[in-house]
Amino acid sequence: MELINQRTKGIMERCKAIARGQGLQFDENTLEYIVTSRDMIKLSPKIGIPTLYDYWVDDITVIQDTGIYKLQPHNPFETVVNTRPAISYYSDNNQDWINVMLFYHVIAHVDFFQNNDYFGMTKKDFKGKALADKKIIEKLREEHGTKQVDYIIEFSRGLDNLVGYSTELEKINFPHSLKPHSKLDFYFDVFLPIHKKISGPEFQKEIEAFNRYREQCNGDEGKTEAVFLEAILQKYPEFLEISIKEKAKEEKNKEKLDIMQYIAEYSPFINKKENIWMKSVIEIVRDTSLYFRPQIISNILNESWACYWHQELFINDKRLKTHETAFSKLDSGTTTFPKVGLNPYAFVELLRHIEEKAEKGHFTYEFMKIKNVEERKGYDKKTGRGREVLFFIRKHYNNFDFINDFLDQEFVDKHNLYAVGRRLNFSTNKIQFYIKSRDALEYKQMIIDQLYHPPEVKIDFPKTSENTLYIAHKFEGKPLLRKFINMTMIGTEYLWGGNVKLETSEVDMDNFKDLIKKKKDEALAKTKQTIDLEEVLSELKFNRVLYTMENKKLSREVMGVS
Amino acid sequence: MDNTLFWKPNYPKIKSLFSEQLKPMIGYYSKIEGKAIDQELKQIIAQDIAHAMNLSGTHEDRNPDFSNDRFYNSGDFRVMQHSYSLLLSTQSSLKTIEDLLDMDKEREKDGLPKKIRIGNLVNAKKDGNKVIVVPTTTEDKLVHDPTYGLGLAGTATGGAGDGEIGEVIGEVPVNLGEHGFGPGDAESGSHDIESKTYELGQMLSKKFNLPNVNEKRMKRAIIREKHDLTDINKGSGQILDKKATLKEIVKRNIGIGRLKDPKNINPLDLIVDPKSKIYKILSKETDYLAAATVFLVRDYSGSMGGTPSQTICTQHLFIYSWLKYQYEKLATPRFILHDTEAIEVPDFHTYYNKSAAGGTNVSSSFKKVNEIVEKEGLARDYNIYVFYGGDGDDWTKTGEDSINELEKMVKYSSRIGLTVLRHGMGFLESAPNETSLEGYIKSSGLLEKYSNILKMDAFNLNEATEERLIAGIKKLVSEEKLKVTN
Repeated sequence: MELINQRTKGIMERCKAIARGQGLQFDENTLEYIVTSRDMIKLSPKIGIPTLYDYWVDDITVIQDTGIYKLQPHNPFETVVNTRPAISYYSDNNQDWINVMLFYHVIAHVDFFQNNDYFGMTKKDFKGKALADKKIIEKLREEHGTKQVDYIIEFSRGLDNLVGYSTELEKINFPHSLKPHSKLDFYFDVFLPIHKKISGPEFQKEIEAFNRYREQCNGDEGKTEAVFLEAILQKYPEFLEISIKEKAKEEKNKEKLDIMQYIAEYSPFINKKENIWMKSVIEIVRDTSLYFRPQIISNILNESWACYWHQELFINDKRLKTHETAFSKLDSGTTTFPKVGLNPYAFVELLRHIEEKAEKGHFTYEFMKIKNVEERKGYDKKTGRGREVLFFIRKHYNNFDFINDFLDQEFVDKHNLYAVGRRLNFSTNKIQFYIKSRDALEYKQMIIDQLYHPPEVKIDFPKTSENTLYIAHKFEGKPLLRKFINMTMIGTEYLWGGNVKLETSEVDMDNFKDLIKKKKDEALAKTKQTIDLEEVLSELKFNRVLYTMENKKLSREVMGVS
Repeated sequence: MDNTLFWKPNYPKIKSLFSEQLKPMIGYYSKIEGKAIDQELKQIIAQDIAHAMNLSGTHEDRNPDFSNDRFYNSGDFRVMQHSYSLLLSTQSSLKTIEDLLDMDKEREKDGLPKKIRIGNLVNAKKDGNKVIVVPTTTEDKLVHDPTYGLGLAGTATGGAGDGEIGEVIGEVPVNLGEHGFGPGDAESGSHDIESKTYELGQMLSKKFNLPNVNEKRMKRAIIREKHDLTDINKGSGQILDKKATLKEIVKRNIGIGRLKDPKNINPLDLIVDPKSKIYKILSKETDYLAAATVFLVRDYSGSMGGTPSQTICTQHLFIYSWLKYQYEKLATPRFILHDTEAIEVPDFHTYYNKSAAGGTNVSSSFKKVNEIVEKEGLARDYNIYVFYGGDGDDWTKTGEDSINELEKMVKYSSRIGLTVLRHGMGFLESAPNETSLEGYIKSSGLLEKYSNILKMDAFNLNEATEERLIAGIKKLVSEEKLKVTN
């Protein structure tokens, strides 16, 4: 693994200058490395961060990938990571002109990482933090034994997809103007009704008093607050103390803690003197997971953004000369919609679609009011704001918003997209995939169903005690994967030091069998051999189920209809 | 393994170093003690020795405040002494698969389920010619199940292209089992899995404690010649055999009378005659080895689509790899597929991927095996193993043909293993309690009569985990005699 040479670095800097000229914004410094395929294979379980802590599962991935590589050599062209400075790796097999194209691609990725709101928590360099974390883990391995530390890492990783990412993000981007005037709001919302049990006409009197003060101060909010607070304190001297206490409680509100945080804080097992070191491990695993989460939820948008820019900028670059056909082949191959499946790179077309529409002014209220089809087709105000909209999307959107807001029938028609349905043929015992519809809403729903979405599993505080950790899965339509439940709960039991209960929903199998039978009969009555699976799935009934893990043994009981 | 990122000063080494220096110093001191030297000099020497003795402990003994537990110690040392830290690259800290398997075994002792699975077959898609076996592991988390726990293959997705609404674009068999064994893309091709199977056999034997083959009959003497350091030559050669040489020298010296006291030999006083040097030299040795032919036979009819085929192939791959390891690579595989008729196929890839859609006639496969063995005269030269895998579904309930063919087979085979993978035939149908094949084999009495050669194992598809496959193999290759119950 080596840094690119001076000449190539010069080319990279030139590409950066061109990109900046087009409006992309990113830090001064970036690092580029040329790596062999072997290095790429070793970097991949570390998700590109070479200083990430060592874990034996990564070794298996490397052995596996090496084997697969022998079978079928393949290389990603580039990998870029969200550190400061941003680091990118280029395969040593790339031709020079491909590397220039990749520079533009990488620059766009870096711009996305450094400007998108969802990456608000990754502004500090992760490579350095990962290195410090790695050293902590190595030290702990020396002190407590590799096996013990590896178990704690494993058990923490079992819960690391349930971290409270949104809660953390909220703290960063919360606009200051929305923050309530804490004391006044507290007075009217909590103190009067709850602590003093004042409501109705008396409450009204308080509000009128406040309004009088405001008039007296001529609408000056700050002065009004100060004067009114004095009045409150004269009337209720205990108000100040209570408001401070409540605020402190609110901050420590354990309801806001995610499972990993809660276990680290309150687990009786971990809070024993000899186990306190485990808190560091849990924290490291949690931080790593939080760091990578924004990348996962914005990967489609990120790739589309990068493809858009490498197309725009490389076409005008002089290094494209004599490689036009090769480039076209490569680019079109990467960004086509596959016959079946999801290709994130293909959504660059969606970005272009949005740009076109924005240029024509299709996102204005005026346009949406027009009902006439012909008029809509011909509507072109040449607003020149296409790029502006794209930059807005790059700042504020993630995968879901991108697809949900902008995937429309026009786009589906333009690219011949269709939603795939499944039918069960019960005489041949095979599942058929067929073209279900070309409706935009159905297609969109299909894509959205495939986006990354971890289950919402939270702690049920009233049912949790020192001996039992009670976690509940908020059912959103899909049940949990059963074969993973056992090991995850064994790990959680160990970390909690007591038994663990998981409440979730599962398909009612008896009802399912009846449903299938019913559908089969219906089909036979119409002399058909197939049952539509999506129909069946929409009519499934679920039961609420309770799993209990005690002494490494899992038991399950059905609680009732969900 | 010690995964230290930085070089730790090796205090134990220093300890031994100083104790070497200590001895002469103390000896010297005792010699000069009596002599008349300066009092000052004596003091200095005493101090030195005390200092040296101090250093011979660990640095913690010297200075109890300087404990190794502080986090920044190593860093301070490095910075102030300008010593460089040896950053172990990811490469050198990678554990080998053997170490990882050992770690996995430890988990069982701690009451945790094992994590590493060995038998994942991967099909190449581009050339479509190769199959490899890779180890895999899963990281268990609470995640959504897109199949709703119903075992349905694939998920609904989007697509692009021309086509009418309602047009069928693909078909897969219903995935009846939960434990998949790798993808099974059907590509034609001819290549094999030879290179990895020996190592796989080694890993399996280690991971699962598979027994060793007891009786390897030396049917055909396969001669392997190798060169080994087994012969000796006096006077010249490749490697000096020190012990023998010394003995020879002592003998000669006794002979010429130079050795007075056998208890007090000063090596410097002995005369060394060039002829008394004894060397080990490389010489040809012949090894006699046994060879085996393994017949891997499976049902590839319509009822075996998808998971059942993959499971059987995985088990057969395991068996073949293990035998190859046992016979030190001298095991030849022969692949037989059957539905209503049996055919031989040339390689594992075809064996794994080919599927038919017809009915099932198990006896055709046994007949084919017997034919091949007779025609090629294999019984004379090789130890023959036959392993059959199927779902037990047979067109006959009485199976006379199968029983006749098996009677012929037991006469020359070292071992015949039958695996029956029961599964429900329709969607959501549960597996039968006993299949046709099982029925007639059991009632034929063959299992008792030839219990040291013929073995049968049956289990349900939905319990077909890697562990169960291995347990099945153990049963098929075990030396236990079947108890005869009346």
